[in-house]
Amino acid sequence: MHPLLEELLSQGPVITDGAWGTELQARGLGAGETPDLWNLTHPERVGEVAAAYVAAGSRVILTNTFGANRIRLAEAAAGDQAGEINARGVEISRQAAAGRARVFASIGPTGKLLMNGDVTEAELWAAFREQARALAGAGADALVVETMSDLAEATVAIGAARETGLPVVASMVFDSGKEKDRTMMGNTPEQAVQALITAGADVVGANCGQGAAGFIGICRRMRAVTDRPIWMKPNAGLPIMVAGQPRYTTTPEEFAGSIPALVQAGANLVGGCCGTRPEFIVAAGRALRHR
Amino acid sequence: MPDLKQLYDAVVSGDAKTAQLITKEALAAGIDPLKLVNEHMVPAMDEVGRRFEANEYFVPELLISARAMKGALELIRPLLIARGDKPVGRVAIGTVKGDLHDIGKNLVASLLEGGGFEVLDLGVNVSPEKFIEAVNAKQADIVAMSALLTTTMPAMKTTIDALTQAGVRGKVKVLIGGAPITQKYADEIGADGYSENAVGAVALAKKAVGVA
Repeated sequence: MHPLLEELLSQGPVITDGAWGTELQARGLGAGETPDLWNLTHPERVGEVAAAYVAAGSRVILTNTFGANRIRLAEAAAGDQAGEINARGVEISRQAAAGRARVFASIGPTGKLLMNGDVTEAELWAAFREQARALAGAGADALVVETMSDLAEATVAIGAARETGLPVVASMVFDSGKEKDRTMMGNTPEQAVQALITAGADVVGANCGQGAAGFIGICRRMRAVTDRPIWMKPNAGLPIMVAGQPRYTTTPEEFAGSIPALVQAGANLVGGCCGTRPEFIVAAGRALRHR
Repeated sequence: MPDLKQLYDAVVSGDAKTAQLITKEALAAGIDPLKLVNEHMVPAMDEVGRRFEANEYFVPELLISARAMKGALELIRPLLIARGDKPVGRVAIGTVKGDLHDIGKNLVASLLEGGGFEVLDLGVNVSPEKFIEAVNAKQADIVAMSALLTTTMPAMKTTIDALTQAGVRGKVKVLIGGAPITQKYADEIGADGYSENAVGAVALAKKAVGVA
């Protein structure tokens, strides 16, 4: 295991962070705006989100770089700013962490489907390589390839992340199939673990797509086929639609209530995805300590 | 005489090579091309849709079946055109103005082609004017719009209003889809239909042109 991961996990399960997008929206980010651009335009507000998670007890925080690959940034006509946006994202999180938390830099999907010819593999390599290098160059402790629906795209992102020499977390979305235990492309947790490890991931896991209840089974199935550390970040339950916008009704206590079961199922790094806030992380930390 | 059950199976399993081979043999044996489509290929795509709805098939299977169907249709379409048969319908599809997301739109476009439609893919960030032009110049029967963002979905209403202004709203059916879209929203803005997934979109398009 990578020494950084070994040190981090030496005292048992680690609390990571919660959602960023909703926190930025609470600080004025418009619904259609590109969150990643705020690293350049509103770094202090991005820093507030990072600091809120550190204060809530996150020992690992992410970065505001989820959509900061050239392909996705091009949608906001900011493709050429990819390097700068990623570097600033890491700097902001590092400053907020101030040595109290590790900075795992986020790499999200491009929003293009390789199999349908929306994008070429070469374009994916170039975009992820550029992002991973910028994140590593700015001092990230690890890279997190997250919210991936397609193992083919994840494989490229992991490959690019690995080239930096940093530990790599790879996390898929399971939101399809009758039991919500398949990716959009139909892969099972077992298939995902195998593909992610083959691609070079040090840590494997799942995030987004559904609430914690569904994550427990996925986690157990991943644990049955790997000894690697497992990363789990469920949503705050299932959203209900209010005026066309998702609203999460799960409380921090309800969310935290399922965290011990997740650890029991084999998770080593736990946090939250959509709908979770710093209060959720505080409650999750409490639930872990009193387990 | 080729075994036409093999054509059905090839489309269901996404075996493009076999689908084309059997189609060629069938056409050489003088089988009516329309019969191949309606009695073997369309039922096969219906089965693919059923399997997707039943969570037996996922996005990759949908795409490869649509490709097999499309490959076979490419052999058949010239024959149908030569004898004056028209495609099931012509769809102008695009992601609305201000929105650049195209996974959903591309998936629907691929499945519509697999369903026998002629698809005019207008791309992303498509202005109302471009949709109007597709209706006027290319005689589209259906305008299909996609939006992923709550902030861009109002462009669907703008486009429908523009179609009305241009006097062509009555000539087309307007179908919409995308993550934030609901049937309620479709009703509110006066769209003719909404589907929550790509398989449903094909069924909706067929209904819109009166073939299902």
